[in-house]
Amino acid sequence: MTNQALQDLIENWFPNPEADKVSEVIDVSVTEDTSEEKIETPESVNPSLLELTEEASQFLNITVQPEQFYALMTQLKNNADTHFDYLFCLSGIDWGEALGVVYHLESTAHRHIIVVKVKTEDRENPVLDSVCDIWKTAEFHEREVYDFFGIKFNNHPDLRRLFLTDEWDGFPLRKDYVDDINMVIK
Amino acid sequence: MDTTTVNSNFKSEEYFINMGPQHPATHGVLRLLLTIDGEIIKKVQPDLGYIHRSIEKMCERDSYQQIVHLTDRMDYLSSHINNEAVCLTVENALELDIPERVKVIRTIIGELTRIASHCLWWGVMGMDVGALTTYFYGFRDREMINDIFEETCGARLTMNYNIPGGLMFDIHPNFVKRTKEFVTHFKTKIPEYDRLLTGNVIFQKRMKGVGILTKEDAISFGASGPVGRASGYSCDVRKHHPYSALDKVTFNEAIKTEGDSLARYEVRIMEMWESLSIIEQLIDNIPEGDYKVATNAVIKLPKGEYYQKVEAARGELGVYVISTGTKNPYRLKFRSPGFSNLSLLNHISVGGKIGDLVATMATLDLVIPDIDR
Repeated sequence: MTNQALQDLIENWFPNPEADKVSEVIDVSVTEDTSEEKIETPESVNPSLLELTEEASQFLNITVQPEQFYALMTQLKNNADTHFDYLFCLSGIDWGEALGVVYHLESTAHRHIIVVKVKTEDRENPVLDSVCDIWKTAEFHEREVYDFFGIKFNNHPDLRRLFLTDEWDGFPLRKDYVDDINMVIK
Repeated sequence: MDTTTVNSNFKSEEYFINMGPQHPATHGVLRLLLTIDGEIIKKVQPDLGYIHRSIEKMCERDSYQQIVHLTDRMDYLSSHINNEAVCLTVENALELDIPERVKVIRTIIGELTRIASHCLWWGVMGMDVGALTTYFYGFRDREMINDIFEETCGARLTMNYNIPGGLMFDIHPNFVKRTKEFVTHFKTKIPEYDRLLTGNVIFQKRMKGVGILTKEDAISFGASGPVGRASGYSCDVRKHHPYSALDKVTFNEAIKTEGDSLARYEVRIMEMWESLSIIEQLIDNIPEGDYKVATNAVIKLPKGEYYQKVEAARGELGVYVISTGTKNPYRLKFRSPGFSNLSLLNHISVGGKIGDLVATMATLDLVIPDIDR
């Protein structure tokens, strides 16, 4: 499936009640980055829930709000048209003001690739949903992210440090981590 | 009386046992916490981090040329392929036009690396199930490849032959001749491997039906490389996302459907044949031309995100770079094949015996620095 077809399909899962009004605008701007604000349910008040873009990346990128993240991931895996059954890369990222996780997904049936990003602004106690029950490989990868970025995952069966010792202070891959002894700054 | 009692005197109880971090069968500093009941494994918990160097953090302060050298130290048995992954990421980001000569040489050395890695694996695989002889046979043939590397790259293990833009220097005049000699030599040696180990009755009994991984689980656990392909899962990056000169060669993806230890073993043996075939197709037709294109002394990637996957000897290696337009990556993530393959160890070894765990682990072909990046 092409990126454009994927984008149209995924946008349909989270229909915007105002889509009729802006449909002409979308048709014109199909080749450009679409950052249309999508609202899942009419009662939801949170704007900009889903953001799709191909800018500065070879894959289609979706940025999703944490509240909708798990629902989107379940759909991506279970929908026969997308069928993203292979989570091949799960990376924690410190964006400075926000912490987040990037998921690279591939479909073994259709061979298309998508990137899902989720962020949280809370640096003190960042919490996101776990996808362990959708892709088993996430269990180890999420432990790695917890170890290095301190992001906690809801419903993770065994969230402990993976590489570092339990008494380690701080999360080394965060940008504001300081270690005068072990880190060589050039 | 409890039904789980073994006999009237001893009650069956679960207990912990440590395997590693210096256990020879873990091939490095991997520690496994085993929960066992008698000899039956109830749970395997890997304890990692004994040689974690935080390469990803180091990359954030290094230039792209320096990062290439760090990747040698991840999966040191496929160091050339790791180097290639970073170089391809940088070259694709800069949209460099890489000469055909570079692509062909990279592919040939990549396949030689794969054979060398599988030779070593085959040697220690036999050793792990008690056949010490294989170790010496595997190393004998790997030595020939290392000699070829030494002549051309100056190094035998951490090769550093790739640089962003091409190769460090041209191939040695003897390279083609010696590679052909090796191919001829090794074609007579794989059947010897089969005679020595594959057909051995004891070996077969240790391997067949042990550590079964279904295709669905293989995909869900993110298995790649021979581990995934032994479960009938077509996951060869060389087929699905060809890079360098791999789109110019024909080869069969080695696939078995049994998903047991023997299938993982056989896939690697089949892969050695396929690698030989790839080398044969390319070795006589190395195009003339430059061995590198000029790059700026300071490489700055345009702002954006880049992902490159390659097929390392152990499976899919991914390099994910986020650049903000400076000379260092903002974030660089290595998706290492061993990390995902290790995560399924618990799943396939529960219910088996400790002796089988060692054999199963050998078929996963774990390299610990690859897991502890």
